Amino acid sequence: MKNTNKKNSLGSLKKIIKEQKQARNAEKKITLTVSAGTCGQARGSMEVIDSLNNTIKQKKLEDRIQVKVTGCHGFCEAEPNIIIQPDDIFYQHVKPKDSKDIIEKTALNNEIIDRLLYMDPSKKEKAKRGNDISFYTKQKRLILGDNVLIDPTDINDYFSIGGYSSLVKTLENLTPEQVIDTVKSSGIRGRGGAGFPTGAKWEFTRKAKADVKYIICNADEGDPGAYMDRSLMEGNPHRVLEGMIIGAYAIGANKGTIYIRDEYPLALQNITLALQQARDFGLLGKNILGTGFDLEINIVKGAGAFVCGEETALIASIEGKVGEPRQRPPFPAVEGLWRKPTNINNVETWGNIPLIIDKGADWYSQIGTKDSKGTKIFSLVGKINNTGLVEVPMGITLREIIFDIGGGIPKDKKFKAVQTGGPSGGCLPEEKLDLPIDYGSLTEAGSIMGSGGMIVMDENTCMVDVAKYFLNFLRDESCGKCLSCREGTQRMWEIVNKITEGKGKKEDIDLLEELANAVKNASLCGLGQTAANPVLSTLRYFRDEYKAHVIDKKCPAGVCKDLIKYTILEDKCTGCMACIKPCPVNAISGELKKVHSLDQNKCIKCGACYEACNFDAIKIE
Amino acid sequence: MNVETEKVKSFITKYNHKKSALIGILQEIQAEYNYLPKQALIFVSRQLSIPLIDIIGVATFYSAFSLEPKGEHIIKVCMGTACHVRGGPKILEEFERKLDIRSGHTTDDKQFSLDTVACLGCCAIGPVVVVDDNYHAQTSIRNVDTITKKYRKKENKNEEHK
Amino acid sequence: MVNVKINNLDVKAEKGWTILETAKFYGLEIPTLCYNEGLSVYGGCRLCLVEIGEKPNTKMVSSCSYPVSEGLVVHTDTKRVIQTRRMMIELMLSVAPNSKTIQDLASKFNVTQMRFKARNEECILCGLCVRMCAEQMDGKAIGFQNRGHKRRISTPFDVRSEVCRLCGGCMYICPACQLRCHGPNPDTDVCNACLTMDPTCIDTYDELQCWMYDAGRCGTCVREEDEKKEANKEINKK
Repeated sequence: MKNTNKKNSLGSLKKIIKEQKQARNAEKKITLTVSAGTCGQARGSMEVIDSLNNTIKQKKLEDRIQVKVTGCHGFCEAEPNIIIQPDDIFYQHVKPKDSKDIIEKTALNNEIIDRLLYMDPSKKEKAKRGNDISFYTKQKRLILGDNVLIDPTDINDYFSIGGYSSLVKTLENLTPEQVIDTVKSSGIRGRGGAGFPTGAKWEFTRKAKADVKYIICNADEGDPGAYMDRSLMEGNPHRVLEGMIIGAYAIGANKGTIYIRDEYPLALQNITLALQQARDFGLLGKNILGTGFDLEINIVKGAGAFVCGEETALIASIEGKVGEPRQRPPFPAVEGLWRKPTNINNVETWGNIPLIIDKGADWYSQIGTKDSKGTKIFSLVGKINNTGLVEVPMGITLREIIFDIGGGIPKDKKFKAVQTGGPSGGCLPEEKLDLPIDYGSLTEAGSIMGSGGMIVMDENTCMVDVAKYFLNFLRDESCGKCLSCREGTQRMWEIVNKITEGKGKKEDIDLLEELANAVKNASLCGLGQTAANPVLSTLRYFRDEYKAHVIDKKCPAGVCKDLIKYTILEDKCTGCMACIKPCPVNAISGELKKVHSLDQNKCIKCGACYEACNFDAIKIE
Repeated sequence: MNVETEKVKSFITKYNHKKSALIGILQEIQAEYNYLPKQALIFVSRQLSIPLIDIIGVATFYSAFSLEPKGEHIIKVCMGTACHVRGGPKILEEFERKLDIRSGHTTDDKQFSLDTVACLGCCAIGPVVVVDDNYHAQTSIRNVDTITKKYRKKENKNEEHK
Repeated sequence: MVNVKINNLDVKAEKGWTILETAKFYGLEIPTLCYNEGLSVYGGCRLCLVEIGEKPNTKMVSSCSYPVSEGLVVHTDTKRVIQTRRMMIELMLSVAPNSKTIQDLASKFNVTQMRFKARNEECILCGLCVRMCAEQMDGKAIGFQNRGHKRRISTPFDVRSEVCRLCGGCMYICPACQLRCHGPNPDTDVCNACLTMDPTCIDTYDELQCWMYDAGRCGTCVREEDEKKEANKEINKK
């Protein structure tokens, strides 16, 4: 890596950025870009990378072909995936043994390997280029798109796509007040979930009078099912840093902290490296780029507490205490970390800042709806064909995301609900599929935007079970201070649990609703105040399912153990004996080629036989 | 469990004896000993002049810490929403059956600790199970046995080499 | 001084006062449980809730911790407040139905049903004992542990604390349980000195030093050494 240990000035940095950009444009080598974020690695991308590198070495092609290891490309379902530049060819589910073909056929001879192409589930045709893939077509990957271009461990790669030029522009041409005005006019709202106007927050913190101010990056992405921030931190940490430095300049803060979840080791590694590189280049520390502006950023690791994603709990955690939220006012902008003015923003929010400075507020505010500007990254997961991270302009409908981008529900099952906003959000049914994604409409419908988790559910998901799941999560993660939250989530869980066991009474549903409203009203912090949302939204849209559990003692989706029965369909059973061994309680008996029988008294409804059967001969009812 | 005070002291020094770095220091101790030994906590309390009760409060509040020793291999089953919808609970139940322990506990032979984790952020490859630092994608009920056998075999291999 | 409106009355409050302090000054009653004038504010019992703001943008806050500001509008007994308050009492009651303080609260606010399964515990985690020990008695022997539904109050490692001076302050201030001694039970009791103090107070002083009302009845502190060790082991196994 060049240029280490030399503190730069604005002028010298501009020169470096220009040089790197030119080098990228002049790149003659064929680049095999491999997606190697945490998921990619779990699926074997490192082995693919090794294999590719070995093949290149063997054939002595180092001067013609290079392998670039990047962060997550977003299309998780396709991983390990490769994008071959300069032709933008997209290969999915790549295995180490494919490396020979990829290099010999595609890289050297422009031959497409059909078996590695993505097949659109609904159109039934294969897409060659990344941009042709239906998963990507409707997206607007302003923030995550750069992940496919850069090696996150090399700051020079970030320079080569124009990285840190927004910082240069800010320090050279804009006063802090001008920066805040730009952010305000852009209309961007906090991407962590609450959606508070970012510009206004910065202004409050700037106006507060104190000898020291702090900025914090909330990378404690705790919503289960959401991993947008992880992907951004792993794949493009410098973008987040650039946003933070611009923000600190605007607010007048000289100290920053990145609070990152314990469960994200690769993201932690990459951001630590990025910080060091930024320091080495004079982008952090004293007298940044010779402008007289000082900023030092450190990292604090979370220790496994969902509630620490809440602003005041996060601050308490940084201060070395338990993550107990505290009363606001005073707000962190006035009295935050160590009682000093503090501005906390989510990773994605910081990631948007360089874009806003670069393209301007007018350009940015053209994207999105009237009160929700810009793009939002969602993690589209659950019962969906194209699992992955999608970045879409605000205002796109849920239907477009789930069916056009997501490719619909696997195995031709029927869509049932989509859950947004994590444990603070709600489940929206089919009739809400044409809802535009924006802060207002989602809240009105009974959910929230949240940090971006979007979990799709099909006909085999029991909504009462989903409510129970979230309540179980919340009663564990509640800090325990407020009676309403601590006791409320516990009691709500007890009631819903009772219902799933078939012991519910009609009065229980009314009590549940009454309690849910009390918890919502009485709790101190966001966790408690939104704890009732999973219950209230499922009661609003799926009350019939609750009634079925309580009155008919049935679970229509076939999930709640005490209300279902596993049976062997005699006309489908081939007598293959595949289900007999996996059964942990020896409830199935039978001989080869003879229809098996299941002893209901022994069955513990574990599902092992259902999983083992290749003939759909096990029925859940 | 023998706690070398020098080692714990080095952690405290690494964080400049700052009271606010308590969580970071506890994380180092947890990583080193696989749990938070009593003597270590008492030592930290004295060194940083933080009342022991406050340290216990922090140690029991955060999931990353354990006051009881963990097993050789720590199995974490992801209970995130996406993994839940894809059958995560059934995987956990199978582990509980195969290891004969409830989640949050350790096997008698101290080989395995079974835990749940809220979300690892790998929803595309769910249901996810992490053993030590190894991620297992798309776990099925059948895989559970393979996974436990794999790590038990590792242990036996180590025993043979001794 | 700031101008505040409470229940449609225009009043003046000192800067830095909370809504509760202001209300008390003017003789307006707001029920509290975890609040104590001599201790720091906690805001955990959620009994002192009031509704602030103007319709339709009102919200509920705990009056003991919410600071007054110029133009603040407060209502202490709206329908929403009363309904929520009653639910809080009902929740408390189902945790500790045998507590006189909570029973009194229930009868005062006419909470006559308990629709949740009674847990017959005694601690409602109001934290008064913790703050009493830390702030008034400078002890710091007991504190909150765990989080969420597993939250509890105890000494470090559930054994007698070296810094506990057996002053009885925790018991004095407790509104729910009066911390009756039930013998050694680390899950529900705070002190456990009878099991772990060595030599026991009855050996040292020939008289019980603790303020536990039923202390000494279980006879744990006068058991033989081995019996005590056995009992300790049993409890640590759970």
